[in-house]
Amino acid sequence: MRYGLLAVVLISASMLGGCSEGVLDPKGPIAFAERQILFNATGIMLAIVIPVVIATLGVAFWFRASNERARYRPDFVYSGRIEMLVWSIPLMTVLLTGTVAWVGAYDLDPPKPIASSTKPIKVQAISLDWKWLFIYPELGVASVNQLPIPAGTPVSFELTSSGVMNSFFVPQLAGQIYTMAGMVTRLNFQADFPGTYRGMSANFSGDGFADMHFNVDALPPERFAQWVASTRSAGLALDSKSYADLARPSAAVTPFTFHSVAPGLFDNIRMSSMRSDDALCQSYPNSMRAEK
Amino acid sequence: MTLLGKLDWSAVPFDQPIIMGTVGGMVVAIVSILSLVTLKGYVPYLWREWITSVDHKRVGVMYIVLALVMLLRGFADAIMMRTQQAIASGGGQGYLPPEHFDQIFSAHGTIMIFFVAMPLVIGLMNFVVPLQLGARDVAFPTMNSISFWLTASGVLLINVSLGIGEFAKTGWFAYPPLSELQFSPGVGVDYYLWSLQLSGIGTLLSGVNFVTTILKMRAPGMGYMRMPVFCWTALASNLLMVAAFPVLTALFAMLLLDRYLGFHFFTVDAGGNVMMYVNLFWVWGHPEVYILVLPAFGIYSEVAATFSEKPLFGYRSMVLATMAICVLSYTVWLHHFFTMGASANINAFFGITSMIIGVPTGVKVFNWMFTMYGGRVRFTVPVLWTIGFIVTFVFGGLTGVLLALPPVDWQVHNTLFLVAHFHHVIIPGVLFGAFAGYNYWFPKAFGFKLDESWGKAAFWCWFIGFHLAFMPLYVTGLMGMPRRLQHSDVLAWQPWLWIAEAGAVIILAGIACQIGQLVVSIRNRENLRDTTGDPWNGRTLEWATASPPPAWNFAVQPRVHEIDAFWAQKQRVLARQDLPVRQREYAPIEVPKNSPTGFITAFFSVVTGFALIWHIWWIAGLGLLGAAVTLLAFMFRAQAEVEISAEQIDLFNRAHPVEVSL
Amino acid sequence: MNVAVEMDAVRHGELLSASEAGPASKRIIAGFGFWIFLLSDIVMFSALFASYAVLAKATAGGMTGVQLFDQRNVAIETALLLLSSYACGMMSLAINSRRYFATFLGAAVTFLLGAAFLALELREFQGMIALGATPQRSAFLSAFFTLVGSHGLHVTVGLAWLVLMMVQLSLRGFQDVVVRRLHCFSLFWHALDIIWVLIFTIVYLMGVLP
Repeated sequence: MRYGLLAVVLISASMLGGCSEGVLDPKGPIAFAERQILFNATGIMLAIVIPVVIATLGVAFWFRASNERARYRPDFVYSGRIEMLVWSIPLMTVLLTGTVAWVGAYDLDPPKPIASSTKPIKVQAISLDWKWLFIYPELGVASVNQLPIPAGTPVSFELTSSGVMNSFFVPQLAGQIYTMAGMVTRLNFQADFPGTYRGMSANFSGDGFADMHFNVDALPPERFAQWVASTRSAGLALDSKSYADLARPSAAVTPFTFHSVAPGLFDNIRMSSMRSDDALCQSYPNSMRAEK
Repeated sequence: MTLLGKLDWSAVPFDQPIIMGTVGGMVVAIVSILSLVTLKGYVPYLWREWITSVDHKRVGVMYIVLALVMLLRGFADAIMMRTQQAIASGGGQGYLPPEHFDQIFSAHGTIMIFFVAMPLVIGLMNFVVPLQLGARDVAFPTMNSISFWLTASGVLLINVSLGIGEFAKTGWFAYPPLSELQFSPGVGVDYYLWSLQLSGIGTLLSGVNFVTTILKMRAPGMGYMRMPVFCWTALASNLLMVAAFPVLTALFAMLLLDRYLGFHFFTVDAGGNVMMYVNLFWVWGHPEVYILVLPAFGIYSEVAATFSEKPLFGYRSMVLATMAICVLSYTVWLHHFFTMGASANINAFFGITSMIIGVPTGVKVFNWMFTMYGGRVRFTVPVLWTIGFIVTFVFGGLTGVLLALPPVDWQVHNTLFLVAHFHHVIIPGVLFGAFAGYNYWFPKAFGFKLDESWGKAAFWCWFIGFHLAFMPLYVTGLMGMPRRLQHSDVLAWQPWLWIAEAGAVIILAGIACQIGQLVVSIRNRENLRDTTGDPWNGRTLEWATASPPPAWNFAVQPRVHEIDAFWAQKQRVLARQDLPVRQREYAPIEVPKNSPTGFITAFFSVVTGFALIWHIWWIAGLGLLGAAVTLLAFMFRAQAEVEISAEQIDLFNRAHPVEVSL
Repeated sequence: MNVAVEMDAVRHGELLSASEAGPASKRIIAGFGFWIFLLSDIVMFSALFASYAVLAKATAGGMTGVQLFDQRNVAIETALLLLSSYACGMMSLAINSRRYFATFLGAAVTFLLGAAFLALELREFQGMIALGATPQRSAFLSAFFTLVGSHGLHVTVGLAWLVLMMVQLSLRGFQDVVVRRLHCFSLFWHALDIIWVLIFTIVYLMGVLP
């Protein structure tokens, strides 16, 4: 009660103030729209919930046994009008929020391309144990645990996993989506402003999970072009052999890049998990306890 | 293949001081309790009156004791996690390495859902439902005892995993492919699966038992619309058990086949489908939420009516809302994974169905409020839990509706926001209810009330501690902190996590108050004695018999003419001014005979489960054989019932007079 | 609702509806409880059916249903199981009129037909495994063996139960508790039929559709 309200105040305070990153500080159109839905729905429901809480406390207090002035009405057990009311209030709230849900589910559907005059850049994201591999198929480069993107340009993702299920999540740019072996999920987002945004796996995937985060570097377009050029000029090539090395479990991997990418690698990774003689997954270590 | 399968000394984590300390403490506690019991000569008493008892009241009490003990274990896990995250969110590694931290959060979830919430709720239903129905016992008393002991087997196995081997490191829902042999080659997932299979069978049988009891054993005159509302919620809950737990059994059987025999249900290769596990898990998992919450709603209804000295407002609405939730709970499971990339149609559909469940729930909240309206509310401990529940739960429901909005869910799913949300509904929605019920029915079970001031202190500690522990998690969730994080380098999260830690400590104080309440009440039991059988001025039939009730519950079969049968009878007696002094003629009553079947079956299931976990096939075979022989012996036993003579009943009723007889 | 309760109600001058008649008799309670259990069993099978439906096409390059299923064999299996249920029905009639010999005869026929069904099913499994179509080969085969095998396991349990009941019957005669259990057995046996009909349709008939 008192503390519930206090908590609400605390949350709203943190919404307004201290919170410098995360869902409440969106940096792109998708995350911005999602936050708007969060606010709208919270507002709609607080309008019902707060009066209910106050009324409950008020009724309980007023009708306390020691209060001589409160009228004891043991026969007040049914009232058609009140029944109408108690069914219709939640129903109408749900109608409102349900509409919000319906519209939101379509408008912000993750595979839906972002309307923009700029041509979107494609990225293929693969969750490995325990790091992220990002392939830029159009640019022919790839990077691990860092995701440089041009600011103001929509990014269109295809995502899969080498084995364990993960969830690709950059709170300030868009909601998350699962990565699953043998399946492809899709996601679109855009960073409106240059900056560094924290990204991570949100779905627990094993011992190295805590270090499975990365930075999204939203760069001005010309700096992004520079990054691509410098990446192409140095580093390793990503082919099936270097991928097999990369796919071995490791945690807290420092970001690095590949200067070229073997064509069709993403599809091979997706399909490889379907085969039963999957060499990529068999090098998995035993559990910590069993190793000893 | 060795004689002991995979088991050898390396299974015991001698190098882990935290684990060894806990295990040592548990072993010392168990050994000292056992030796005390043996030395004092309590063994025959325990065996006769509790272990082999098939009396629903005894079974119910044992369920609750089991749950409260496991609450301590689950809470210890919780506070370890909170401490680890608070310490290790500033770039440090904390004191728990990942492979240990991962086991702790998996064990915490599994224990709290399956071995705290479930036995609490089932235990209360066991104790109360037959009494409220005016029945002598449940439909299948021996099966009831088997259900309990199977649950206890699951508990035993999950605790053995602490000292021998490891527990799952997959989270409490053990999503494949992480839980497949390829990624979890240890015995942890096997412990998880076998302990839940055993207790799951127990729960399923319990569901069958209670559906039958409620539908077929009500006192004469108790039509459906005269059933106490707790019995309605129990009916809904048990129907859900019958219809949901088989899915879990089948699902875990598939995962076991994957792990033991190399099948390909959920593997990443050979065509296995991970998302099928996720779907089937939540086809069980969402109804499970209502299995737990609905009986608690029933308790709140009973408490609100009794302590407002008024019938429940809108009884028909309440029944309708209960059954609506029961049915709707099967239409919402996909909201647990909006993030899997389903089409917008599917997301929108499940988002809206999830919100629709909020309608009957909202109706219930209003009806509780109107129950108090025009009443004479006594602020006893159960009432505090009830009001505390209402004002907390509506906010939990609010964040629930947020999570039912697919676009919001994408942003906060798998974060601490989600963790905060489900604790925000389950702790008030289940635990507060169970505590209200525990305080409410304790005098009925043991013949004396629980101490009020310690109870109130416990409530306030829990209430304040809960908000302090979970509100900050909403904040860190919105700041983008995923759940199950062993460490992080984000400094901004740390202050919030320390506040949450402080909340956990206050909850610990609440638990201490509850233990204190129990100790103080037992010492002071003569002053708190309930001699009337009706300490709260109750409304339903359980208050019409002595506290504690005799094995046969009611000396004469109650007859029911309206809702709140006992209240109505009291009004009639008061109106006539004839307190019953008349001598009654009693007829002999048959009560179910004690049976060690449940205990022995459970013993063999533990042996079998343990042997299967460690691949000791010959012991597993022996265990199965033992269980089969036990059931066979039960099948061939000569006599299922013993007769209580009329003299015995008369004697008991002279010693325990009740003010208003039926 | 039994007669005694009704008489009681009439004596008390009350008009009781079925839901107000008071506790049911033991026979009804046992049967009703077993019905509920069977419902839960059917829910379990529906989870297995669902997994089969999801994985039916996931053959991972291995053999498919069209290649594996032998319609003639399955037709014989179906006939055996349905006839066994018929025999079980005859046994129930014999129990109701408390005829020992007819009961044992019905039970023996039920058992033999059930055992023959099981033998055919095991032969089918053996043949598939010999062809390399083991449950480890593909998700489709995992689901197939689990679904059909679970039904087979139920039949096995049913056969063992039937033998036990015959032992009990010969030791104790038509005691109430024996009759109740035989009643539950026949419910169980018919429920297995229903599940088999679904398996026959969904697995064997729809499985060979082009």
